[in-house]
Amino acid sequence: MKATTADQNTNVWEGGATRPMGASYGKMMMWFFILSDALTFAGFLAAYGFTRYKFIDIWPIADEVFTHFPFFHGTYPMYYVALMTFILIFSSVTMVLAVDAGHQMKKNKVITYMFLTIIGGLVFVGSQAWEWKNFIKGEFGAVQLNDGKIIQFVNHDGKQIALEDFATPDNAVIEHTRENGLWFEKGETTYEYTTAGIIEAFKHNPEVGIRLEKINPETKQKIVILNKEEALRFLEHSSRVVRGANLEVNEYGSSQFADFFFFITGFHGFHVCSGILLNIIIFINVLLGTYERRGHYEMVEKVGLYWHFVDLVWVFVFTFFYLV
Amino acid sequence: MAQHESNTKLIWQVFGFLSLVTIIEVILGIIKPHGLHYTNFLGTSLLNWIFIILTIVKAAGIMWYFMHMNHERKNFVNSIIIPLVILIPYLVTLLLIEGSYIHDTLAPFINWKY
Repeated sequence: MKATTADQNTNVWEGGATRPMGASYGKMMMWFFILSDALTFAGFLAAYGFTRYKFIDIWPIADEVFTHFPFFHGTYPMYYVALMTFILIFSSVTMVLAVDAGHQMKKNKVITYMFLTIIGGLVFVGSQAWEWKNFIKGEFGAVQLNDGKIIQFVNHDGKQIALEDFATPDNAVIEHTRENGLWFEKGETTYEYTTAGIIEAFKHNPEVGIRLEKINPETKQKIVILNKEEALRFLEHSSRVVRGANLEVNEYGSSQFADFFFFITGFHGFHVCSGILLNIIIFINVLLGTYERRGHYEMVEKVGLYWHFVDLVWVFVFTFFYLV
Repeated sequence: MAQHESNTKLIWQVFGFLSLVTIIEVILGIIKPHGLHYTNFLGTSLLNWIFIILTIVKAAGIMWYFMHMNHERKNFVNSIIIPLVILIPYLVTLLLIEGSYIHDTLAPFINWKY
């Protein structure tokens, strides 16, 4: 008891010499923070699961949404996120190597590995930004009906096609110059296409059919309607043209899909950003020799725990947004 | 702090394992084997169950080897793992059951005939 009180007075920041569960104060608190953060993410992903089950028959199919790969045209589902997963796992490996080097008091190795970790984190955040850009920009465009349903367009094989593949832009966007330009004007987003123009083009193009949000439970694919008359009965209720994704509407289907995607990957991206920031702070301390003087590299270990946690969360986000 | 042995070899082995699991997931996600994809077991396809199990295996690998849970004392490990293992499946089970109930109740009212 005597030792405990004495240590608590002299060494308060370290939590004293009492190590209730064999871990230092800082490490234990980092673990408990991670525990609470893991529960937070679990709550978000569970809410995603709830909403997905609620709309199980109309939920967008991830393979049809995330199909881009840098410098390649065409549809490559999965490859890009798989690459991002590798980048993050690899930066986790360099982090654990930095921790390992810290245990052996090898300052230069810690510096190298922490630097690589920071680079890996930055590459990951950049990749995430690119993914967001593609999602926000959209690829094919769609039409939203008055009751909110999204109608996509397909060719006679049932493969999705873009608006520009069959319709002509009839809603010219006015380019403002210094003479007639306005600095800012609030209003609806305008698109190059109008619903009337799309319906007209749809009537005159025999190759084009529509695709509903509804999934056929037998084939697990979206229902395609190639019959013109039947399709036009849907299109008669068109209210607006949709391209890309935002928090209100998206061309891929249920608006909640985009909401959850932005929120969960955004929250994860925020964690990665703060992880990078923490890594940079610790990296500078390593450079200055703070931990060399302190005699141990436990700070690297603590920030490493947080970094691995970010990787851990991504493993789940990857599964539930892209695979399942 | 005691001088530790270097675990570099183990770290690369774990990395190899995690990469392998990810590659298996991606391959399964791209081909979607017919016999696994078009099945239903406890509310979702067997393929999805495989994904979930592989994900948990990956998460355990990261926690155990990268986050050095294997070096912590058992009561500390339990104080982290037990809340997660109890609370998360509990929440997820309830929410998913409720979600499918709401779907069963509301989906028939959505009009798909125009």
